[in-house]
Amino acid sequence: MAALIDKETRLLCQGMTGWAGTYHTDRMIQYGTNVVAGVTPGKGGTTHIGVPVFNTVAEAKTATGANASIVFVPPANAGRAMLEAIEAEMPLVVVVTERVPVLDMVRVREALVGSRTRLIGPNSQGVLAPEVCKIGVMATDRARRGPIGVASRSASLTSEVVSQLTAAGLGQSTTIGIGGDPVHGIGFVECLDLFFKDPETQGAVLVGEIGGTEEQEAARYIREAGLKKPVVALIVGRAAPPQCRMGHAGALTARPSDDADSKIKALRDVGVVIAPSAHLVGATMSEAFTQRAA
Amino acid sequence: MQLHEFQAKDLLRRYRVDTPPGQIALTPDEAAAAARQIGSDALFVKAQILAGSRAAAGGVRAVHSPSGARAAAAELLGRKLVTSQTGPAGYVVKRVLVEAGIVAAQEFYVALRVDPAVGAIVVVAGAHRPDIEQHLAAGAPDFPTVTLGIGGERRAGDIADVCRRLGLTGEIADKFGELIRRLHHAFVELDASLIEINPLIRTEAGALIAADAKIVIDDNAVFRHAETAQLRSEDEVDLIQLQAQRHQINYVQMDGNIGIVVNGAGLGLATLDMVHAAGGVPANFMDIRTTAKSLDIAHGVGMILDNPRAKVLLVNVYGGGMQACDTVVDGLAIAFRKSGRVMPMVLRITGNNENFARMRLANFNLPKTECTDMWQAATRATAIAQGKA
Repeated sequence: MAALIDKETRLLCQGMTGWAGTYHTDRMIQYGTNVVAGVTPGKGGTTHIGVPVFNTVAEAKTATGANASIVFVPPANAGRAMLEAIEAEMPLVVVVTERVPVLDMVRVREALVGSRTRLIGPNSQGVLAPEVCKIGVMATDRARRGPIGVASRSASLTSEVVSQLTAAGLGQSTTIGIGGDPVHGIGFVECLDLFFKDPETQGAVLVGEIGGTEEQEAARYIREAGLKKPVVALIVGRAAPPQCRMGHAGALTARPSDDADSKIKALRDVGVVIAPSAHLVGATMSEAFTQRAA
Repeated sequence: MQLHEFQAKDLLRRYRVDTPPGQIALTPDEAAAAARQIGSDALFVKAQILAGSRAAAGGVRAVHSPSGARAAAAELLGRKLVTSQTGPAGYVVKRVLVEAGIVAAQEFYVALRVDPAVGAIVVVAGAHRPDIEQHLAAGAPDFPTVTLGIGGERRAGDIADVCRRLGLTGEIADKFGELIRRLHHAFVELDASLIEINPLIRTEAGALIAADAKIVIDDNAVFRHAETAQLRSEDEVDLIQLQAQRHQINYVQMDGNIGIVVNGAGLGLATLDMVHAAGGVPANFMDIRTTAKSLDIAHGVGMILDNPRAKVLLVNVYGGGMQACDTVVDGLAIAFRKSGRVMPMVLRITGNNENFARMRLANFNLPKTECTDMWQAATRATAIAQGKA
């Protein structure tokens, strides 16, 4: 089975009746995801694209047994939607919304402490267990079931990496978009922990970038927990000018430890294999895999 | 969104943070009048630009009379100020802040910011030092850091510990704790991502005064602060970025000659890295957001076509779940038609709707090269930019 999501996942969609919610819920259903409920305040009791709609997460959870939620709610109310899902003790919450105010995420982080919720995002493309379950907005045509777990700060590069892995004959167990925002839910550490514990996953790819300390924390975790499976990392942003926000709110070189070289060094020091360029991730993983077998 | 020093101080005074008596001036005469009104013989005339390290660049002048203030303002206003943070082009000084100088018994650095590592607001404080900028750039590991809850709560004794490490005891320590409380209140209410007081002055009489202040408001939260949003200086710094953002595009101008069109921030960074590795120099960074329509994309591409330095367009697109390849190709077509400029183009287009996009692309009457691999595309664009292809 995959990490985080599987055939037993019963998905609830917060903000399902909006444009993005409608479009992507439909695509998730087509992919085979079991979408059991939608939540839009004021639209409870109706049905939208064949899915029952509820006014609150708690109501929907009780009525349908939903055990995961995806949030499409626009930035102004996304924080509130996340807090509602946490309060309803939703085990997994995936947030696609971009441009959530950072202090709203600080509030969400406080609510997560001691909660039963594992939160992914915001600004995440979602979680994919290829050929099993999709919670997100990612392209799926190149994704194949297989042994590699992918955790990424970038949606576009995840598609790229998945495509390269599949071309190299390496399918994916789970792909997780941790999101491009500075304050977010689970990070590389939790992803590695999931991948190391998941019997189907035999290797992992981390897609990191400049800004923050996510990669250094992953390195610290590996130093403590041990490198239980081969890990390949791609760190982008070496050529980015300092002090400029590069698309993602979290992609900013403000301090010396934010730059690509510091992250690469931290990961390399604990045995992570660094992909020399974005077009070589598949080949690098393939090689790391062969070496392990040898 | 960064605020000017005078705007930051105006806001902080509302939260009962003390600042030196001061007035903004747009002309040398206004500066002289401001100096007269302040009535001190120790004054500073400070250039108001959206960048730090102004003092080292001559942007902060100590004067002792209204005529001195007039002369200093005349030298600063309308001139370009280049500091270590402005880039070589510098910023034109449009306003100066005339302010009373404060005699310091002690000087501190105090900042509140959102720390991604802990996902919370932290206070960082330390004794001021001459090389403070370099010290902060190096991470200032010796500066005590305290995490604050969103409601301002903290572990008992934390602030007391900071005070002890700063050498503050008794009444002044209480005042310092109160200052932190006020700054935190401002931080949360304004949706700030940074409030920095550098330096914070302790006077002989035991007052704490913010001699300089920097506030950065979270761009993602500006929508709920109509009043603060009006403080944005559209005449400065990020006009190009701002225009692009209105079209759902994140854009950073750079110095090179390879124009770059990419959908996605990570793929954009990867493309910069590959161009760099191939020996090329990017003219820009671009991240077309998933919400951009073809007209938005056309606007972004148009910005590159308008850049006389750009010699070649490198398009690296992975059509995702939300933004298909043909949307980007339509944007390219509109931009080229509107601009009339013929610029060679190297494309790597893959993912959702790529074949349909290719069909539309075939109707382009433009010099273009299609590559199946992004490294190949980066090397090819570099060769064209260097006149080798």
